Amino acid sequence: MSFALHKMLHAAACAGLLASTAAGAAPSAPANIRVEHAWIRWLPANLPAAGYATIINDGDGMQRLTGASSADYASAMLHHSRLAQGDSTMEMVGHLDIPAHGSVKLAPGGYHLMLSHAAHPVKPGDKVPVTLRFADGTTLQVNFSVLPANAAPSG
Amino acid sequence: MPLRRSPIRWLFATAAIVLLAACAAHPQWQLDDVQGHLPDLKFSMTNDLGQPVTAATYRGKVVLLYFGYTHCPDVCPLTLVHLHTVLQKMGKAADDVRVLFVTVDPSRDTVPVLHQYVTAFDPRIAGLTGTQDAIAQLAKRYRAFYKPETPKDKAGDYDVTHSSAIYVFDRDGHARLLATPGSSNDEILHDLDILVGQ
Repeated sequence: MSFALHKMLHAAACAGLLASTAAGAAPSAPANIRVEHAWIRWLPANLPAAGYATIINDGDGMQRLTGASSADYASAMLHHSRLAQGDSTMEMVGHLDIPAHGSVKLAPGGYHLMLSHAAHPVKPGDKVPVTLRFADGTTLQVNFSVLPANAAPSG
Repeated sequence: MPLRRSPIRWLFATAAIVLLAACAAHPQWQLDDVQGHLPDLKFSMTNDLGQPVTAATYRGKVVLLYFGYTHCPDVCPLTLVHLHTVLQKMGKAADDVRVLFVTVDPSRDTVPVLHQYVTAFDPRIAGLTGTQDAIAQLAKRYRAFYKPETPKDKAGDYDVTHSSAIYVFDRDGHARLLATPGSSNDEILHDLDILVGQ
């Protein structure tokens, strides 16, 4: 089920990429989208790490985040942690809507980017460029700051 | 009516003092009081240095028991960061506290990986692993649940759904309190300060 979702997401992303390539132009940045407090919680032993950020939509229309990728990680997936009856579980998320004149927080204990299989050792202090993809075919590259495992940023 | 020091008045005053003393002996816990509802700490496992450990190893320390796994990038770190923050706030008293992070994913959580993971958060956190059976028994003892999910990608990565409670034991290994990821740092700090002082 979740694998199928991932495949669909991948297919959708490829379709978006193909469409923009066919148009002969690089994907443009989404209008009115800003990203703040983008950070990654570093973990040792090349373990999967979580990426967090606040995505702000200053526009009049909803924006739909459909996926992410990074040259520094083989896999970047949108996940949601959920607590149900005392059990903690993670689920893949196909997309995330950022409401008009609103914002969505990717924050510990909720939505996050799960970054797996780092292409090279990533360490605290690094900046990792992550490309966010939106449903309208636009993309936005954001630099995520890598913080220590026990960081507790307020942002 | 004239005031008189009747024996009845003295009785009330004494009763009030006794009640106050009783309140002091039974502190107002901010976490869930589970005393008498969960069994004493008992296990036989391996720590993140590869040494065999049992509940007796940690006798004399206030113990926080948490089930998790290292391929858990969000909720497990969030919980360990909460506990790290609380231990920092406790100062010297935190030397009498140990957090035991029991892996529910022993096939991927080797001793070296577990060691790197827990020490990245706090030196007072120990990672524990063991046979599938030993882990299952410990989880069952505290009615904790865990279940590996189906691999979600071609690389064979999988998540493990697991109970998120933190079980708190006193210096004698008696189960005393239950915290959840929703418990605030202040609530945990408040209760740990009392337990360490007992």
